[in-house]
Amino acid sequence: MSQAPVLELRGIDKSFGPVQVLHDVAFSVYPGEVTALVGDNGAGKSTLVKCIGGIHPMDSGEYFFEGEKVHVSGPRDAAAMGVEIVYQDLALCDNLDIVQNMFLGRERTSGLVLDEDTMEEMAAKTLAGLSVRTVKSLRQHVSSLSGGQRQTVAIAKAVLWNSKVVILDEPTAALGVAQTAQVLELVRRLADNGLAVVLISHNMNDVFAVSDRIAALYLGRMAAQVKTSEVTHSQIVELITAGRSGELGLPTGNGASA
Amino acid sequence: MTTTTRPEQTSAPAIGSQVRDYFERVRGGDLGALPAVIGLVVLCAVFAWLSPSFLSPINFANLFTQGAGVTVIAMGLVFVLLLGEIDLSAGFASGVCAAVMAVLLTNEGWPWYTAVLAAMVTGVLIGLVLGWLVAKLGIPSFVVTLAAFLAFQGVALILLDEGTNVSIRDETILAVANGNLSPLLGWVLLAVGVVVYAGIQLTQARRRTGRGLVADSFAIITFRVGTLVVLSGFAVYVLNLERSRNPAIISLTGVPIVVPVILVLLIVWTFVLRRTAYGRHVYAVGGNAEAARRAGINVDRIRISAFVICSFMASIGGIIAASRANSVDPNTGGSTVLLFAVGAAVIGGTSLFGGKGRVLDALLGGAVVAVVINGMGLMGYSASVKYVVTGAVLLLSAGVDALSRKRASASGRR
Repeated sequence: MSQAPVLELRGIDKSFGPVQVLHDVAFSVYPGEVTALVGDNGAGKSTLVKCIGGIHPMDSGEYFFEGEKVHVSGPRDAAAMGVEIVYQDLALCDNLDIVQNMFLGRERTSGLVLDEDTMEEMAAKTLAGLSVRTVKSLRQHVSSLSGGQRQTVAIAKAVLWNSKVVILDEPTAALGVAQTAQVLELVRRLADNGLAVVLISHNMNDVFAVSDRIAALYLGRMAAQVKTSEVTHSQIVELITAGRSGELGLPTGNGASA
Repeated sequence: MTTTTRPEQTSAPAIGSQVRDYFERVRGGDLGALPAVIGLVVLCAVFAWLSPSFLSPINFANLFTQGAGVTVIAMGLVFVLLLGEIDLSAGFASGVCAAVMAVLLTNEGWPWYTAVLAAMVTGVLIGLVLGWLVAKLGIPSFVVTLAAFLAFQGVALILLDEGTNVSIRDETILAVANGNLSPLLGWVLLAVGVVVYAGIQLTQARRRTGRGLVADSFAIITFRVGTLVVLSGFAVYVLNLERSRNPAIISLTGVPIVVPVILVLLIVWTFVLRRTAYGRHVYAVGGNAEAARRAGINVDRIRISAFVICSFMASIGGIIAASRANSVDPNTGGSTVLLFAVGAAVIGGTSLFGGKGRVLDALLGGAVVAVVINGMGLMGYSASVKYVVTGAVLLLSAGVDALSRKRASASGRR
């Protein structure tokens, strides 16, 4: 751990009524790295991400951002710090064009009037910075884009705001082979540009292709957070399915669920 | 082609490619205002053929005053339709507002401006209540406004003392739908409008080219301005012809006052929808409310505001209708007004499914509706035929909307 984490959670608990979804979860995200967040269905990945994004309040635990303890009470707090979440269902408006979507809710105005020119320039610059060359015109409606292009726009929207942490919720789940490669390349480029990237994925190939670290959740507990170079494919699968693998993982094997 | 702003992209795209793009969009199911424009041309041709008086100057002027009320209500409905909601009460809301104005004006002796203001405030209050019920309580807008549709009929009856007819004698109010601009003023307004429009288009293109963005070519701008000059110039010319049956007794020339009223409303609301963050948010909520919410847009506030704008415009529509009829009765804004207004918005290209539409659509669709009513009236059809045709027109426009949407989803445009 050469660098300090940009975002760090300690001892997070979260319950929905009688169901405790997260138990004492610790999670760190480092700048310039892709941290993969893996876990089986219902392991608590989405809940953890929503806690980070301020959508769900945490029951207990500490939230550090750039070394300082912060209190995040809503999505706007998270966005103000520079934490952006790209959701699985993308949250794009089909009837708006690329520029309009990228600036949705944060439009640039001069006086009362929308400053379309500045917005278009900034959007073009952001997409160029991400080396996106697949869209024909910035003024085409999002409805006419392919799945990979839509994902690209959603990611570019998150990057536009000088964000420091970008969380991607299964960005490749609905994509074909070529488009998946494109999006993964983009994910890598985000990290190379110095952003901290969290990648939620079920696909082990994707995880091993781009991530620097892997955090495995098992039944609401953080089974392990390891460097990708130090583990094998099958170790991660074991962590996901059983919560431990050899030295790694939760102390008492399946006891986690007790 | 890339999205980067490289120098070679700054030149305006060729006209050929813009025309091609347009046809591609139409084939892909994005019909826009095409059905309305085609419908307008066909209907005018048919009625002109069947009834010679259709093309007379007096009938041309009548088209504007007949269609004005419905068109204004339709402009307001566009905002509600953009959100994928519906306001079935807009017709009777206009009736209630007109009744408020008429009672204050005639029975209470208020001056016209306070009476008009009171009618508009009534419209805003109606919109606030409807919008609040839809947005905050989550009752479907269909049910809320259907209930209001019934209730407002009763309110109009109460205001008008169980059905009396309140006549309007105020000169200013009567002038709205019955007065004309002087011929000279008509030409001056036309010239000002064209110069301002051309100026906006040209400076916008120059600014975008200067910043290295794709701008409309000079040829396209010339085409747009030219079309505007020809169409509006022809309209002003015909409206300035003498249309009185007996010019010696009373001269009847000039552009009806409702025309500039409608144009001002068109420009204001188009500006709001296309050029302000608020308008952008209306489209966003209509396209994907969840995405809008996540982008930090206050969806409830947008919903309520759309109903407020709709009912506010209904109040103006009611005032125009009252002015045209010289009176208000419990049926003002009733019967077919609402269906015609919804039809106008949808015929013009506003989607019933939300997210797609312009204020201009209401104007184009309103023109189609006005031509249908007017033409059938000239040919002496009975009320029964008119009702059937009204229903058919509404169904047809909704059908075109649904089909083009289907087509659009098949071609990946939606």
